[in-house]
Amino acid sequence: MNDPRPRGGGLIACIVATIAVTAYVIALLVVESQIGILILLAGGVAAVLAAARFGVLARVGEGLARRENTLHLLAVVGVVVATAFFHEDHFILLMMATVILYVLATLGLNVQFGFTGVLNFAGASFFGVGCYTAAVLSMHTAVPHILVLLIGGLMAALIGSILLLPVLRTRGHYAAVVTIAFALLFKTFLEVNDVLGGPQGLRVAGMNLFGWEFNDNIQIGENLELSFYVNYIVLGLILLGLAFAFVRRLERSWIGLNLDAIRLDDTAAACFGLNIARWKITAFTIGNFLTGVAGGLYAMMLGFIAPTNFTFGDSLILVSIVLLGGIGNVWGLVVATTIVIILPEKLQAIQEYRFLLYGAMVILMLLFRPEGLLPRPLRRYFPGWQPR
Amino acid sequence: MDVGYLAQYVMNGLMLGMMYALVAVGFTLFFGVLDVIKFSHGDVLTVGAFAGLATYLGLDLLGISSPVVLVLCVLSVSALCMALLGALIARYLVLPLRSAPPLNTLLITLMLGTVLRESVRLFYPQGANPKPFPALLPTDSVTMGNFNLRLDNVMMLFAGTIVIVGVHLLLTRTKLGLAIRAVAQDEETAKTMGINFKLIVLITFGLGSALAAFAGIMNGLYYNEINFGMGLLLGVIGFSSAIVGGLGNIYGAILGGFLFAALQTVGAVAMPFASAYKDVFAFGVIILIMAWRPTGLIREKVSERV
Repeated sequence: MNDPRPRGGGLIACIVATIAVTAYVIALLVVESQIGILILLAGGVAAVLAAARFGVLARVGEGLARRENTLHLLAVVGVVVATAFFHEDHFILLMMATVILYVLATLGLNVQFGFTGVLNFAGASFFGVGCYTAAVLSMHTAVPHILVLLIGGLMAALIGSILLLPVLRTRGHYAAVVTIAFALLFKTFLEVNDVLGGPQGLRVAGMNLFGWEFNDNIQIGENLELSFYVNYIVLGLILLGLAFAFVRRLERSWIGLNLDAIRLDDTAAACFGLNIARWKITAFTIGNFLTGVAGGLYAMMLGFIAPTNFTFGDSLILVSIVLLGGIGNVWGLVVATTIVIILPEKLQAIQEYRFLLYGAMVILMLLFRPEGLLPRPLRRYFPGWQPR
Repeated sequence: MDVGYLAQYVMNGLMLGMMYALVAVGFTLFFGVLDVIKFSHGDVLTVGAFAGLATYLGLDLLGISSPVVLVLCVLSVSALCMALLGALIARYLVLPLRSAPPLNTLLITLMLGTVLRESVRLFYPQGANPKPFPALLPTDSVTMGNFNLRLDNVMMLFAGTIVIVGVHLLLTRTKLGLAIRAVAQDEETAKTMGINFKLIVLITFGLGSALAAFAGIMNGLYYNEINFGMGLLLGVIGFSSAIVGGLGNIYGAILGGFLFAALQTVGAVAMPFASAYKDVFAFGVIILIMAWRPTGLIREKVSERV
């Protein structure tokens, strides 16, 4: 007999949880003193553990998973509230925009090896292709900037297609070396190439959308001035929303099912008539496209790019985000990116040791919770649907 | 082109190739026994070089100046320490992840590499700066036209060859080597034959890491300088070499190492573009080779492939 009551927490619980998370993130961003940050971090971990212990986490998670639209709305509201709270703090808004764009980039990686199992250790390189495309097009041509982002993504997909043949033919560790070699090749190429600025890098023009200059602060009325990063947060959020909806639809569709089948067992998938090459190409290209788009906007936001932004180490950070979040789980990316981007910036006291601690953190994670922070749940075809 | 220059390039290429081959053999050993990639290998090499330097400085303080004693001490201390480190890595990071996806092992060792690299930078006195490495070998040289043959390079090439041949003999002629090969071939059967699986794995990782220490010291002696970041690129090159040669095959690793050095040298000398593009060229060719031979030049024996 099925329980007629809906399982999981109610709507109120979900809203309360969102408010708590938003407030916590804001507090974390506000606090400057290192002791305060450490106390907050410890408190956050303790709260999550306690919530998990008493089943609150599972109930809220279940409740949110059933009300997917509510979850999306709440997430957007949370970001908007945080943005409004910090409306004139450039640095914090820059961090938030970076998180949004990294989530967009890692969504691409997620399609590649979260869904399909195609390894890509050159994520930062495809990100870089988007960046450099944006730099060249925005400084030397009059292409509308929104198209520049699109072209950045297409360029990343196009350059990725050079790697298609070796990526398709190799597997496992052999496939890893193809993208690793590409990551090193790309960075070295940028460094020795004079046309693209060499080691000094390139300047990038700020985003200009239909005459709206993104790099000017927004003046509203007499005494309200918003940091110009708000522009990038809004556009980034819109792009992320589109990409997110797209990836979710992809995951839920028969295409997503095919991709999963290929990841889990490509021999069996081939026996059932799936064209492995086609789907691997699809996933690799879509992933690179998303990463490239994110790169384009990121370059415009920073206004300056150099080869040191696109090292193999940066690609590893992207891979770690996907792994930390829980391979294949799009929400895990949000959590993991927030941790990976914001923590090192906030813990200035340990700035020197941050890579060390960061490496140690991932090692502990892999040893004790290899499935990631938020393991990927079973696919839900109809969110909110109850078996009767 | 002048014969002297040509000989010089060949010599430099051989030196590089020897270092790459030593690193690649390590990768291939690890892959052989456990089917894992230990990506911290390059950084183990860095730590090995720094351990060698520290040993030298310690001996220098003690007033020992005999070059033979110095070289032997530096090599053995560094190799022993790294063997221990490698075994520890295998015991506490690689073996616990046996049942996890291979990506996790790759990532955990990559992160360990970061930790090692950062530790050298932060905790070695002034570790962030490049360190001069003492010239422990005789620096005599013979000059023939444009070719300058340095005695220390010849000695290093010779020593490298001996080490590689030694590893090969160890693998093919001794009982330990037999055990390593048995574990590599079939873990279950090896276990039923009474081979201590865990011990063999630890020994193999120790052996591979000692090779990395040797390569690290060779690198220091060759360039007369070491720095905390040198292992990353060497590790990636060694990995690429092992892959291009064919994982799990010691000949493949050696072939791959020398092939990569040859590509770099050709890219620097014989190609129409600037020599700065040599790595771009070398990695580009590696990608092409992977497209042509997806499991390496010397093919891995894969029976379960359908």
